[in-house]
Amino acid sequence: MTLDFSIILEAWPAFLSGMGLTLKLLVLSLIGAIALGTGLAAMRLSPNWFVSTFASSYVNLFRTVPLIMAIFWFYFLIPLLIGRPVGALTSALVALIFFEGAFFSEIIRSGIQAVPRGQFAAGLATGLRPRMVMQSIVLPQAFRAMIPGLLTQSIIVFQATSLVYVVGLSDFMTTTVRIANGSGRIVEVYLFCAATYFVLSYGASVVARYLERRLNR
Amino acid sequence: MIALQNVSKWYGPTQVLRECTLSVARGEVVVVCGPSGSGKSTLIKTMNGLEPIQHGEIVVDGVKVNDPKTDICALRAHIGMVFQSFELYPHMSVRNNIALAPIKVLRRSETEAYKRTEALLKRVGLEGHADKYPAQLSGGQQQRVAIARSLAMDPKAILFDEPTSALDPEMINEVLEVMTQLAGEGMTMVVVSHEMGFAKSVANRVIFMDAGEIVEDRPSGEFFSAPQTDRAQQFLAKVLHH
Repeated sequence: MTLDFSIILEAWPAFLSGMGLTLKLLVLSLIGAIALGTGLAAMRLSPNWFVSTFASSYVNLFRTVPLIMAIFWFYFLIPLLIGRPVGALTSALVALIFFEGAFFSEIIRSGIQAVPRGQFAAGLATGLRPRMVMQSIVLPQAFRAMIPGLLTQSIIVFQATSLVYVVGLSDFMTTTVRIANGSGRIVEVYLFCAATYFVLSYGASVVARYLERRLNR
Repeated sequence: MIALQNVSKWYGPTQVLRECTLSVARGEVVVVCGPSGSGKSTLIKTMNGLEPIQHGEIVVDGVKVNDPKTDICALRAHIGMVFQSFELYPHMSVRNNIALAPIKVLRRSETEAYKRTEALLKRVGLEGHADKYPAQLSGGQQQRVAIARSLAMDPKAILFDEPTSALDPEMINEVLEVMTQLAGEGMTMVVVSHEMGFAKSVANRVIFMDAGEIVEDRPSGEFFSAPQTDRAQQFLAKVLHH
């Protein structure tokens, strides 16, 4: 068997638009999931029992189901709830945000908790209000501790976006499958697909490790 | 200046403070000592509301610390505190560690706050260290920055929670010297410490605690020459032993 990679060049525009959707899914779901995760982390650390229990139940629920199930669930459930179809992109995005928000909240919460309690006390003792202590003293330190975890989780989200295949969105993975089946060049197309995911994910993880080392100094 | 009346505190079912009553006058230096776990640190942290209490009353500078109507942050702004583990902000330079609260709480201008920072660093013997980060300083230097940080708020009193316990022996004196100097300038100080030399030479009074109770509260000369209770005698025998 000889490998003929010309199919990659021929299908280049399709691959490019597939990667475009993948990156769009990645960026939008990261923004949403980190925002949701921050809110959930704040709720989990709340002294109010109902608030913190709600947040931890949410996190436990989403961390214990498969993402692919969440994607199906939102795909079929949201139209039922609001009475009209919302499309695959919206439902997949909502699923990714709700699901990954649970993971991000754990990273953010542990980042805040990694800041010694004495730091909070020291800020309060100088007369700073709790909000200001959080802003000027705790969060800047927590964020440093979080960066490697946030990057690692972002790489996982990048790979997870490929699951939108199940609702028929033309992301990079779905495009690959379509081109492979249409051209019969299965080996070449899947090799290219694997190499692309590998290069991007590995590249990002190298950056994450570099940052981790720099921040630990 | 500081008055505690029958203060009791529990952690769950465990009582950590039992009916503690004491008062500290303006300009007085009071050392609180006692075996570990006797409630000394908890006691001092009730004085600026860092530890809530379940029973009793605490009045600091005429303000009821545990009254829900009290603006506790406003009170803390002029009651300094120095911690056992320094608690400098590691992500800020020495200058910003000291100037943060004056700028944010007292609304001083940066120029003014930084100018005062230089003067305070000189006062604690750390001139020229303003641009360093806490991790670049020794323990003794960090604790002196922490003292400068509390002085930056022009405090009416400073609470010291075991300020030298985390220090290597050769650094203890540089911190005690700064504290002695402060006491000489008339600062009201409550000091939780095992430094009996400091207590003997600087403190007006010594309070001895055991099992959450104030067992003795006497002028420091009397306390060291003739402790009244067995518990205080045993404690002194242990700490003065070497």
